[in-house]
Amino acid sequence: MSRLSQQVVTLKIDGRDVGARSNETILEVAHENDINIPSLCSVEGLSVVGSCRLCLVEVRGTSELVSACSTYVREGMDIVTHSERLSHYRQTILSLFFSERNHLCAVCVSNNHCELQGQAQALGLSHVEVAYRYPQLPVDASHERFVIDHNRCILCTRCVRVCDEIERAHTWDVAGRGVQALVITDLNEPWGSSETCTSCGKCVQVCPTGALFEKGKAVAEMSRRRRFLPYLAKTKEKSS
Amino acid sequence: MERTITIDPVTRIEGHAKITILLDDEGLVQDAHFHVTQFRGFEKLCEGRPFYEMPSLMARICGICPVSHLVASAKACDALMAVQIPPTAIHLRTILNLAQLVQSHALSFFHLASPDFLLGMDSDPAGRNILAMAHSHPTMARDGIRLRQFGQQIIEWLGGKRIHPAWVVPGGVNAPLSEEVRDQILADMPEAVSIVQRTLTWFKRTMNQYREEIQTFANFPSLFLGLVNSQGMLEHYDGTLRIVDAMGNIIEDQIATQRYPEIIAEAVEPWSYLKSAYYKPMGYPQGMYRAGPLARLNIIHSCGTTLADEEWVMFRELNRGAVLSSFHYHYARLIEILYGLERIEQLLHDPDILSKHVRAFAGPNNREGIGVSEAPRGTLIHHYRIDERGLITWANLIIATGNNALAMNRGVLQVARHFVQGQQLTEGALNRVEAVIRAFDPCLSCSTHAVGQMPLHVQLLDAQGTVLDESLRG
Repeated sequence: MSRLSQQVVTLKIDGRDVGARSNETILEVAHENDINIPSLCSVEGLSVVGSCRLCLVEVRGTSELVSACSTYVREGMDIVTHSERLSHYRQTILSLFFSERNHLCAVCVSNNHCELQGQAQALGLSHVEVAYRYPQLPVDASHERFVIDHNRCILCTRCVRVCDEIERAHTWDVAGRGVQALVITDLNEPWGSSETCTSCGKCVQVCPTGALFEKGKAVAEMSRRRRFLPYLAKTKEKSS
Repeated sequence: MERTITIDPVTRIEGHAKITILLDDEGLVQDAHFHVTQFRGFEKLCEGRPFYEMPSLMARICGICPVSHLVASAKACDALMAVQIPPTAIHLRTILNLAQLVQSHALSFFHLASPDFLLGMDSDPAGRNILAMAHSHPTMARDGIRLRQFGQQIIEWLGGKRIHPAWVVPGGVNAPLSEEVRDQILADMPEAVSIVQRTLTWFKRTMNQYREEIQTFANFPSLFLGLVNSQGMLEHYDGTLRIVDAMGNIIEDQIATQRYPEIIAEAVEPWSYLKSAYYKPMGYPQGMYRAGPLARLNIIHSCGTTLADEEWVMFRELNRGAVLSSFHYHYARLIEILYGLERIEQLLHDPDILSKHVRAFAGPNNREGIGVSEAPRGTLIHHYRIDERGLITWANLIIATGNNALAMNRGVLQVARHFVQGQQLTEGALNRVEAVIRAFDPCLSCSTHAVGQMPLHVQLLDAQGTVLDESLRG
């Protein structure tokens, strides 16, 4: 069933009456209406995982928070995207990201181009009050063109999804559980030894932080090109 | 009975240190130590990181001279890539390095040291700082602030920000110079030059009042080390290593910087985190040498710019051989500022300075790279080894201040012997002991310096460690 044949619903976001199709998520509708909801794991053109939880919003009439990226709109919904409670949750989520690995913006290739850093600035996160874990994590520079620095990975799985859904190589996946989880290539081999990697670089372009970057980029030089994604996603839809 | 006098912390220097003066049974100064009490560990923490990160990572060593680390580190990375960077990139890095020299020397001379000259070594320490100077000598304070601002402004115009610019990258710089920035720098240049010239005139007149300090501030024979260009002139970015002795005789010359381990080694003392560099063929500690502005002016045949050369000729007349008193680091600093400004102007007039070709690209081609440049405080060496993937496996840094570690110790001992007598410590004596360190302008914390009165803790201890006398200020 095409998107156009979906039922049209009306709802409120931050007090504004908006119209949408019933197969759209809250996040999509908010973006269409220039309403900003912070998010990290979500990226246009890829499937939804709802793992970062940064896009949590309030829905009046229920005490539960829902993730805007993975919740479809319904008729009569009354959504609040910014409140003191949400701000507190979002800042805590970001704090946990920062404390989990070794995020050192000053010497990062993605400094000033980083979505994690950008969200922290936008949400006014001035201090991290959670104890840092300072894990010892490897840097894999075995690939000819790219590097993965696990110190900066937030496990958003954008790389896993773009590799699987767009490039269809499925080189990337996640190994381990909880704080031990790491993105891996093939069966946890060095990236440079991967037989499935096509070196297309899509994973590098969708990475929100400095975890995946092009070799030879110095500090603050790693800006991303992502405009290709929705186009490629549409091409994929047509071909399937 | 042996006694120990401790000055902790030492004030108006860049970092944290303390001084211990050991008295013998007769109450005479027997020994003195300059302790650097902080530990940074950059050589270790960079292991495992991609070499491309090194310039910006190493620049974080320091908030005052980040550009020096940026430049030395980038040169080491150029060596790892085995590339010759474009000539314009060399010129732009040189301009940045000299702008840093100007601002750092201005900070040392005007903000940190000049309160001693203007307000007197024996004046109340509570009022002996740049803020008090702004009231008593507003023109001088304004000149110092303006000159430092000019150096910082050039760094910001070129690199995007004043502290820790990421503009210098392995292979060159990441953006060319714009015509607008070049013209802005050139427009402000005459004012900066006139500030240095009038300060030099004043300083040369004032020096007569400090004969006793000139005689005793680390005034002894030593070797001097620094970079020179192919004509034996002043060089801060490239060139080869030269060492002269106290008589001004050249004992090492045209040593390619990659060969530094043949002539320089480092020793570790249990009482300081600062390693002591020495001239290897003479051994430790006989191989004591000095680096920095005094050394640079002692090793050259000429500066290579008109106004600085006129001053340099007068400077070299202070002694028959090399200029030996470390008090003259201040004088040398002013001459170097003048040189720095003139050289920046020369380079900005280079016809290719606006060239867009400012970066070479390559992967890791050498497993080992050495980068050497002249930082404001002396010769700075970055030495890296990488694995086949370009990740750092080992790093050694010889920081400019470490070159002077042995000489600073000797200097503290010399000053203490002259000015500390008996068991009573006068403010003047304490300040002179600090001031000799200040003459070297050590950058210990490599972090921005707090303006104002830092607490000074002085203890008089007997051999058993019992506190006989104590004074706290600040």
